[in-house]
Amino acid sequence: MVGAAPVRHKSTGAHPGAEVTAGHDVRRYPGFLPVTILCLIVLYAPLIVVMVYSFNDSPSITIWGGFSLRWYEDVFFGLEAGKFKDAAWNSLSIAAMAATASTVIATSAAVGMVRGGAFRGKSASFALLSLPIMVPEIVTAVATLIFFSAIGFTLGFASILVAHVVFCIPFAYLPISARLQGIEGVYEEAARDLYASRAEAFRHVLLPLMAPGILSGFLLAFIISLDDFIITNFVKGAGVETLPTAIFGAVKQGIKPNIMALSTLMLAVSVVFVTVSWLVGRSGTKPGG
Amino acid sequence: MAGGGDTGGAGRIASENTPGTWAPLRGWLLAPSWLVIGVFLLAPVGMMLVYSFLTKEFRGGVIWELSLAAYDQFIFDRGLFGDEPPQLEWTYITIFGRSIAQAAAATVLCFLIGFPTAFFIATRPVHTRSAWLFLVTVPYWVNLLIRTVSMKFLIRDNGPLNEFLLWTGAISEPLALVNTNLAVQLGLFYSYLPFMVLPIYASVERYDFTLSEAAADLYADRWTTLRLVLIPAVIPGIVAGCILVFVPSLGAFLAPDLLGGAKNFMIGSLIEEQFKGNAGNWPFGAAASMILLSMVLVALLYYARQQIRGERAG
Repeated sequence: MVGAAPVRHKSTGAHPGAEVTAGHDVRRYPGFLPVTILCLIVLYAPLIVVMVYSFNDSPSITIWGGFSLRWYEDVFFGLEAGKFKDAAWNSLSIAAMAATASTVIATSAAVGMVRGGAFRGKSASFALLSLPIMVPEIVTAVATLIFFSAIGFTLGFASILVAHVVFCIPFAYLPISARLQGIEGVYEEAARDLYASRAEAFRHVLLPLMAPGILSGFLLAFIISLDDFIITNFVKGAGVETLPTAIFGAVKQGIKPNIMALSTLMLAVSVVFVTVSWLVGRSGTKPGG
Repeated sequence: MAGGGDTGGAGRIASENTPGTWAPLRGWLLAPSWLVIGVFLLAPVGMMLVYSFLTKEFRGGVIWELSLAAYDQFIFDRGLFGDEPPQLEWTYITIFGRSIAQAAAATVLCFLIGFPTAFFIATRPVHTRSAWLFLVTVPYWVNLLIRTVSMKFLIRDNGPLNEFLLWTGAISEPLALVNTNLAVQLGLFYSYLPFMVLPIYASVERYDFTLSEAAADLYADRWTTLRLVLIPAVIPGIVAGCILVFVPSLGAFLAPDLLGGAKNFMIGSLIEEQFKGNAGNWPFGAAASMILLSMVLVALLYYARQQIRGERAG
């Protein structure tokens, strides 16, 4: 390439003086597109394969026996339907409660951090807020189990819920504080100048502006809670199962087609949630910049 | 964690244009998060440290007697009753070594695939960029357990991957991938690949391409430009990506457990076995967790130092 006749390259116009280069577009590297495609294949192939086989009519997971919804029927009405329903109910109610609690805590913390001015211990506060994502999940799981057993807290629904609130906080906090950082302080100041109380300024001015961030924080916390296996597995106690722990227990005996159908359903829920969260986040960032 | 560097920058902007409107209520606003994380995470980690110095109760739990047995057990074998002369015990050192090697290999593999992907996405036109990025992030939000099970389904002996390879004639006998270190590696790579792409993408997107153009004007070929100009400029993103892949890989449980089997134990499985399995040695599990946590903290401190250096430089 070096020494080739200088050509006009497709400059994006960011730099008008740089139209002539040594003959290549500095934004293009041969082979990067194939690697990107490979990357996407690696990311999606396992999921697509499981999705396709969940519609397999055959009870064997190897042989394709035509299209059928029988395994979905099995998930909802089959032998294990009761188990799955209980697990799904636990998962969804824990996710809803943990996401709500962590979103409230994270919103309050975001206002304190972003609108609290400079104060001593700000970076310590930030470190504490990020602690749940810094500590490896397995370590959090061990520490939480030890803590509950030391204080004599019975393991079950409540212990799972408490553990989930903790690790959901940073996931709710990040989008909420990012949103708040993008909102200028002048709006609240104007409201306060017009004799709005602090509570009114929050409710009528700041909260509506923060709403997209809060919603995307809530959705991420919800997904993170639904997703968790390791910590739940440690603190669930006997008899209480969430969807991931139920699936884990089932796949220990081999991957069965009904598990693939259940997985596909959960996958669909995740994709819907993330898509909504993405669209909300995008619409939220446009006007404010 | 991915936003660590960004948050620092955004925090600076915020302190410039937003006064402390809520400063008087700051304590009350922050108290719930301090309380919840302090009581239910920080205190438990402290308690775990204490437990790692206690004596084990058979079948789980602890006896409140101080002991260094849990840490000693990592290095020495003193027989079943602890009264034999100590012999160097390689089992746990090997498990930790394997975990570090696997996590390092996953990091390198994620970089080799993740860097070109991040670069490619960052150089797309603005309106298609977020769609590409979305495609890369979606799998991350799919349940990790489901992703790992899917990987096992794909690569198992008579699974679709082997069938496909047999059909193309690339292999004549199915590859026995499941229960090998290679399968664990594939699982880790698959689990954490998006963590590598996102921070590198953020760095490359901010990169000033006129620097590359200047290098090209001076007759550097594109690979020299990449190596000597672009990569040094986006190092903070690369370090962030590597930490984000390395740290969770080190303590991973699902990939080694489901794809590796008993022969390819990593730290995560070793710890899990102390609490959920038959071994039931809580102080040993707590000690293993403390060692893992210290290793992670070292990696994070290194990351923080790199970020601070990067902010000073640019």
